[in-house]
Amino acid sequence: MAKVLMKGNEAIGEAAIRAGCRNYFCYPITPQTEVAEYLARRMPEAGGNFVQAESELAASNMVFGAAATGEMAFTTSSSPGISLMSETISYIAAAQLPAVFVNIVRGGPGLGGILPGQSDYFQATKGGGHGDYRLLVLAPASVQEAVELTMLAFRLAEKYRNPVMILGDGMIGQMMEPVEFKDLPPNEGLPDKNTWATCGAKDRPKNIVKSLFLDPLLLEKNNHELAAKYALWHELEIRCETYNCEGDPKLMVVAYGTTARICSTAIDDLKQEGLEIGLVRPISLYPFPSRKVAELARRIGKVLTVEMSMGQMVEDVRAAVGHDIQVDFFGRAGGIVPSPDEVAEQIRKRL
Amino acid sequence: MALFSYPRSMATAITHYCPGCTHGVAHRLVAEVIDELGIAERTVGVAPVGCSVLIYNYFNVDFQEAPHGRAPALATGAKRARPDLVVFTYQGDGDLASIGTNEIIHAHNRGEKFTTIFVNNAIYGMTGGQMAPTTMPGQVTSTSPMGRDVAQAGYPMRVCEMLATLRTPGYVVRCSLHTPQLVIQTKRAIRRAFDLQLENRCHTFVELLSTCPTNWGMTPAKALDWLHENMLPYYPLGVFKDPDQADGQAPVIPQPDPRCSHAH
Repeated sequence: MAKVLMKGNEAIGEAAIRAGCRNYFCYPITPQTEVAEYLARRMPEAGGNFVQAESELAASNMVFGAAATGEMAFTTSSSPGISLMSETISYIAAAQLPAVFVNIVRGGPGLGGILPGQSDYFQATKGGGHGDYRLLVLAPASVQEAVELTMLAFRLAEKYRNPVMILGDGMIGQMMEPVEFKDLPPNEGLPDKNTWATCGAKDRPKNIVKSLFLDPLLLEKNNHELAAKYALWHELEIRCETYNCEGDPKLMVVAYGTTARICSTAIDDLKQEGLEIGLVRPISLYPFPSRKVAELARRIGKVLTVEMSMGQMVEDVRAAVGHDIQVDFFGRAGGIVPSPDEVAEQIRKRL
Repeated sequence: MALFSYPRSMATAITHYCPGCTHGVAHRLVAEVIDELGIAERTVGVAPVGCSVLIYNYFNVDFQEAPHGRAPALATGAKRARPDLVVFTYQGDGDLASIGTNEIIHAHNRGEKFTTIFVNNAIYGMTGGQMAPTTMPGQVTSTSPMGRDVAQAGYPMRVCEMLATLRTPGYVVRCSLHTPQLVIQTKRAIRRAFDLQLENRCHTFVELLSTCPTNWGMTPAKALDWLHENMLPYYPLGVFKDPDQADGQAPVIPQPDPRCSHAH
């Protein structure tokens, strides 16, 4: 298929349809509203369900109800909306259902602003909702990658019966880029939905989708089951990319999403000055590519983490690298996107 | 031959409900209707948070357990994703009339094609008898120890009346479980609600006035009397909305008993 020029938010909506999802529940919030606007037309055209809910609470619980019947379902929102959805995300994770949540992050805390941010890293990777649960968190750095990761998110959600979060930002959602939609083969060998979904107890015992375990031993058993699943991700689902790390870079930058792209431009500029700088870009924020980050940090020796936040992912970088190598941080917040020049200056200062 | 037995869609489990609680009757009526319609194999229930959270243990149909108040949103998602399923929520007054007010109003207003069974016993049961939005004026609960003060807590919420103000067609009915005759009427209302769902007509809403002897601090028999004397005048029984009403025709809305001092 030829490339088409699309806005990130619209491309994410189309990617969900191409992945086979026919249930979308939403509530408008800037800067992700174009997903809803796109799917308001496109979803009915594809024979699917589009429901504008009364709140993010309701939208996420509609996803919960649809997912429990064994059908693919998703929603999109932005930071304050994801806070409201976090209750449901905890329930869906506890009940082990497949669902996709897209967060087009804006600056926070509170109502914050409407411009791009990366300040929901903690919320996405460390919880957000209550209890011992984890999400697979994928961070795209381009509209093309947003499409590919959204499609992948549905496959992973089904495979692990777990919510998957796409952690984008206002830049990814709002910018237009050429994209190509490539088919993603369906999962194979998954258990029959009749073994877990509430799709009618015909010729089988009833299925109950629940997260209440009043017996502490049974609740702990569920905790262990979930933990075993999350442990598997650390073997199978770590995704990251490196840039200019071959050779002998003098410093390693760690950045994800939009910020990683800005950093790669800064690195190209510095190359012109004869300075070699490496970049590690985590694509899966959870599970975090700790091993790769640690291995390169040891080889290169100097580390700078760049984020559109006051410093969140940097804690995972430090945990991966250990205390014997210094990990510096540079961030812009408030919805401000750092410029390549600004990043280059921060790198030069540390050489 | 067994003259009286469990409905097939009801599990033969011993419930956790207190003696004299009307949840058991309400469960049975829903199960009987499911049996009569032969829809157990495609029925999905949505459980609330509250006393009836464990309802899924007492039915032989698929069940989803919702976060507190969100059952109408889950039911919306389930029914939209699988319109061939018969979906019902079963919610108490804390779940539906307090934390989940928004969800029930909007689900009804969108005309979602599922059925809601709303159990109104004027109190929070599971957490041990706190004031609910439906608690009667002057009613003593653990969080209204001097009796519900309407100057502070407002008047009890009448959910059927509220839903009846919405233009979207729907079936809204209030029934009571405190006499055998009313139990039979209640079953007819539940049957009509499920029939309308099967015809894909509208959201159907059946409120059941119920008792909570334990948290009301009464014997089961006294609780039935208390319901009759205190709740019935304020919560009139009847049909508040029916999709067969001609468009634009005002429904004959049941009115509270004017003799009831709480009804002003």
